[in-house]
Amino acid sequence: MPEIKELVKQLADKHGRNRESLLPILQGIVTEERYISDFAMTEVARELDMSAALVYGTATFYSFLDTKPRGKYVIRLCKTITCDMKGKKQILRTLEDLLKIEVGETTKDKKFTLLETNCLGWCHKGPAMLINDEVYTEITPEKVSEIIGDYMKNR
Amino acid sequence: MAKTVNLKIDGISVSVEQGTTVLGAAKQINIHIPTLCYHEDLCVAGNCRVCVVEQEGAKNLVASCAMPASEGMIIHTNTHKVRNARRHVVELLLSEHNADCTKCYKNTKCELQNLASEMVITEPMFIDLVPFKEYKIDKQSPSIIKDNSKCIRCQRCVRTCHELQHVSALGVAYKGDHMKISTFFENPMYDVVCTNCGQCVNRCPTGALVEKNYIDQVWEAIYDPNKHVIVQTAPATRIALGEDLGMESGSIVTGKMAASLRRLGFDSVLDTDFTADLTIMEEGTELLTRLKKALVDKDTSIKLPMFTSCSPGWIKFIEHLYPEYLDNLSTCKSPQQMFGALAKTYYAQKKGIDPASIVSVSIMPCTAKKFEAARPEMRDSGFQDVDLGLTTRELAVMIKQAGIEFESLADEKFDSIMGESTGAAVIFGATGGVMEAALRTAYELITGREVPFKNLNITAVRGMEGVREASVKLENVLPAWSFLEGVELKTAVAHGLTNAHQIMEAIKKGEAHYHFVEVMGCPGGCIGGGGQPIPTTPEIRKKRAEAIYREDEGMKLRKSHENPEVIQIYKEFLGEPLGHKSHELLHTHYVPRKRV
Ligand code: SF4
Ligand code: SF4
Ligand code: SF4
Ligand code: FES
Repeated sequence: MPEIKELVKQLADKHGRNRESLLPILQGIVTEERYISDFAMTEVARELDMSAALVYGTATFYSFLDTKPRGKYVIRLCKTITCDMKGKKQILRTLEDLLKIEVGETTKDKKFTLLETNCLGWCHKGPAMLINDEVYTEITPEKVSEIIGDYMKNR
Repeated sequence: MAKTVNLKIDGISVSVEQGTTVLGAAKQINIHIPTLCYHEDLCVAGNCRVCVVEQEGAKNLVASCAMPASEGMIIHTNTHKVRNARRHVVELLLSEHNADCTKCYKNTKCELQNLASEMVITEPMFIDLVPFKEYKIDKQSPSIIKDNSKCIRCQRCVRTCHELQHVSALGVAYKGDHMKISTFFENPMYDVVCTNCGQCVNRCPTGALVEKNYIDQVWEAIYDPNKHVIVQTAPATRIALGEDLGMESGSIVTGKMAASLRRLGFDSVLDTDFTADLTIMEEGTELLTRLKKALVDKDTSIKLPMFTSCSPGWIKFIEHLYPEYLDNLSTCKSPQQMFGALAKTYYAQKKGIDPASIVSVSIMPCTAKKFEAARPEMRDSGFQDVDLGLTTRELAVMIKQAGIEFESLADEKFDSIMGESTGAAVIFGATGGVMEAALRTAYELITGREVPFKNLNITAVRGMEGVREASVKLENVLPAWSFLEGVELKTAVAHGLTNAHQIMEAIKKGEAHYHFVEVMGCPGGCIGGGGQPIPTTPEIRKKRAEAIYREDEGMKLRKSHENPEVIQIYKEFLGEPLGHKSHELLHTHYVPRKRV
């Protein structure tokens, strides 16, 4: 907890303490912590002298500002129609088999979280998936096994 | 002079000041356009679209609440397109709305229901989505119930809490069809920074935010032959209650209210105004004691300015957001709680009634009073001092339930003891009133002369400006107060917590130096309280305030220290202001609370 306090303070020193600073600060927390806890939000509210409900509102508005604990690697599989038609369902099944979790869950070792996401803008190269900031396109079940295997072994 | 613009609405020409909205222009020529998210006290949100109208030359319908009137505009408010659009808007809202009107507290008082009824919506156009939603109801607060299944997401509450109260206990969370009005982490209202002021309740167009009502509990007590049920009524109820019972805003209904309470079956009909006068005695003495300790004894532990403590919304605000200033708060309980503590001690003794059998009910313009009554600090009589706190609105419901034709009631008086009051107590109901009442008494105490204002009306502290300052020079003081000779007593008044925030920041930054500051949690003071009849608008607040000052001027006694029952209670029971007994029963302490 004291680390979060320190982190929020550092981020506020860097981005400022205005309303406009809120988003970059929240993004900074996600980068470091993978998610924004209620404690972190309280700290942001205190640091920026604003209401915690407003911080919560902003955090819950943006899909990429997670408010629940996440694994080290957050996998987001595109769920929109083009990717769906190009075989997203098999990909999802493969991911669930590999990681032994369902959508919305995190592996026991806290390494992976599996999520679905709205359009990533890669419809022409679907199915598409994100792992943290890394984009993977035209994925197949085989490719996914390879990618995840690599993450499991080498990262 | 402001520029005017000319436009035509439904074929009628109208000239309005530049900046007026189409909605405002239509109102001027008595054309009613329905609204939901719009509220006169708040910034324009333009999110519900129920106020759409057709503008000639424009491709889309325009939201009349957000569209400024402009020169040559031609508007139609009642075309096929407009009516269809409005109907769609309402039907869409209803498709996500748990419309169980007959079981709803807002039944017959609901803006959404009114619209649905006007549009004669009998066959719904869209699928009912309510079964697919996981709506939550939060009933944990002693003051407010929040029911998401009735929320139309107009955000009046969010704007209220932010703009008027600077609290933002409520915000908008999530997006799209998951969007909801939420506290921090969807915690119960009871557990967040909410002050219980009820301003959001007063503006919510539906049953999504309502006061927690204690109507049935009061009836139960009244029907119980073993209970002695007493009732106290706050200053601001007597100039607003009539509005909920078919009367004009600004009607003074003190006598009818007393009569109706007696008809409801209360055993004794008493007046919070009595303890408002008592508050002045205690708080005035506390102020003078603080001044002496600070100015003469140079006691640095004494905190100035002293803040008033009658408004429980303000108390909770400062407990959450400025806990470092708790020592600046007057230790005086609010009039409601002074009354409660005395009811089960002084009153019980004098009447020879077992305090355990007394049920003490209060009628308040306020939802925060419910929370205040339930505070653990408020049990100095050995019992819960005030058992049940009702709003003005709840009393109106009870009067209707009892089949009483309010308007035709003949005026009656309050019972005794604890029913006598002065004009100084009545003005507690308007912003600046406590200050004015305190000055009337303190000035006279110090100088032996009446305040140097015509008719005792200290107009500098009256009005609706958010923050007002006034200073009174103390000259030719009585020997006992010689340390105050030549002192300029600096005071300030704020109403609505956004203005309170402004004063607090000025004090914090060292920019403002006051001796005494009055803060009322609600805009306009108690007359605009969260428990007052709906709607409350700037115009209605003005009318209620005027009524308060009219009531004051009509009183025989206008100064708290002249209240004969106050004099009597000091003689027979309390001893002196700030005395031992007062400390025990009439003063309290505050607790720091978390910021979220
Ligand atoms: S909020 Fe209004 S429309 Fe909804 S159930 Fe209550 S009365 Fe009916
Ligand atoms: S709670 Fe009431 S005021 Fe707030 S958004 Fe919902 S309907 Fe509107
Ligand atoms: S009661 Fe007052 S403080 Fe609480 S949410 Fe409503 S407006 Fe905000
Ligand atoms: S009242 Fe105009 S958009 Fe809601």
